[in-house]
Amino acid sequence: MLRLSIPLRQALARLSLPMLIAAAFGVMLLGKADTLLVERARMVLADALMPVWSVVQEPVGAVNNAVREAEALWNIRAENARLREENDRLHRWQATALALESENALLRRQLAWVPDPAPNFFTARVVADGGGTYARAVLLATAVAMPARKGQVALDERGFVGRVTEVGSRSARVLLATDINSRIPITLENSRARAIMVGNNAVRPRLQHWPEGQAPREGDRVVTSAEAGAFPSGLPVGVVRWSDSGAPEVELFARLDRLDVVRLFDFGLTGILPPESVARPEPRGRR
Amino acid sequence: MKPPIRGRTEPPAGLLRRIDAILRGAFPSLVTLGLIVLAAVPVGAPGLVMAVCLPSVFFWTIFRPSAMPPPAIFAIGLAQDLLTLAPLGSGVLVLLLVHGVIMRFRSLLVRQSFWLVWLVYAAVAVAGAALAWALTGLLNWQLPPSTPAMHQLGISMGLYPMLAWVLSRAHRAMQNAEA
Repeated sequence: MLRLSIPLRQALARLSLPMLIAAAFGVMLLGKADTLLVERARMVLADALMPVWSVVQEPVGAVNNAVREAEALWNIRAENARLREENDRLHRWQATALALESENALLRRQLAWVPDPAPNFFTARVVADGGGTYARAVLLATAVAMPARKGQVALDERGFVGRVTEVGSRSARVLLATDINSRIPITLENSRARAIMVGNNAVRPRLQHWPEGQAPREGDRVVTSAEAGAFPSGLPVGVVRWSDSGAPEVELFARLDRLDVVRLFDFGLTGILPPESVARPEPRGRR
Repeated sequence: MKPPIRGRTEPPAGLLRRIDAILRGAFPSLVTLGLIVLAAVPVGAPGLVMAVCLPSVFFWTIFRPSAMPPPAIFAIGLAQDLLTLAPLGSGVLVLLLVHGVIMRFRSLLVRQSFWLVWLVYAAVAVAGAALAWALTGLLNWQLPPSTPAMHQLGISMGLYPMLAWVLSRAHRAMQNAEA
């Protein structure tokens, strides 16, 4: 142990707070100056904590499921009526879908259509909230066998969730579509108009920059667009809803508040990533 | 040859005693770090990490400042900023400033009733949230929405009594062990 005289120790104790406050400003500058270092530090910490989260997430997930089950039991009557109505509607749609499918197959045969290859995907568990107060992100536990890569697209069982922005050796961070920094090029399915879906940390991201005279209409389906080469076109995103304040928003298909498992698709697209991050070798010598 | 010492001296610091003292000293910071890590597990409420961190630092600064020195707070703040996507350093600064202000009024606060301390905590949390909001806006050069801050503030104020109850039990147990 270091032995210091009492006055010196007292002086040090009195000085430590101002010095550390100055150091906090230094850390802020460092965080602004070297974002790559910060990103790496974040992923090292996430990698280190991943085993803890993986263990803790099990009982928490079990409790969450139990709560959901209880809710479902409580609402069982209303849910049953809703499902019956929906089932009737979907039966009608099924007939339409089957007819369209056969017609589509016929047309493709006539055109000698080369189908898109089925994209590779793997499934990863959501183990931690990686965002905090002013960001919306989740941390995934990825195994060594899973080639997680920046720019991969995350979908849950219903639709678009977000994009992989940081990759560690056994964890990956997905920036959700609702994050304030999220900008997703989308297409309105009815009018084929392009627009940008802008996150605002609220539940529903907003639509911006649609073409003149083709304002999104209530209930329009929203899918991703291949603009800028960041996403493949046609991934289901959500439905347009006009807010009370008169702004078009997207009600996402994905249930971002209860993400347990997401699928990471690798479409091999590198559109939005800056060139240096594409050229940089993958972390820890994978791939 | 040394002259014999008169009277009884403290028993020599054995290894176990040393470990015991070190662990007791480190307990508050370690528990706070553990709470932050656990708070990151998704339960459907975002922003829980910061809502858990501030009450813990506030409580230990008032009731056991020797166990929550500025370097420990710096480490806790850094861990909090790295776990969340907050601009690096903003959480550190907020926690250190809260510590500094509380230390100034500590002698007053430590004698007050729980309700008054809770009220003071609420005021500190509001100031901390406002500062964090401003720092986030400044460092990201983008005006952050205020609703998440309100959410976090509400959760944090609501969590304080629960956390304080558990932490005061721990504090009392530590006092008993030291007596």
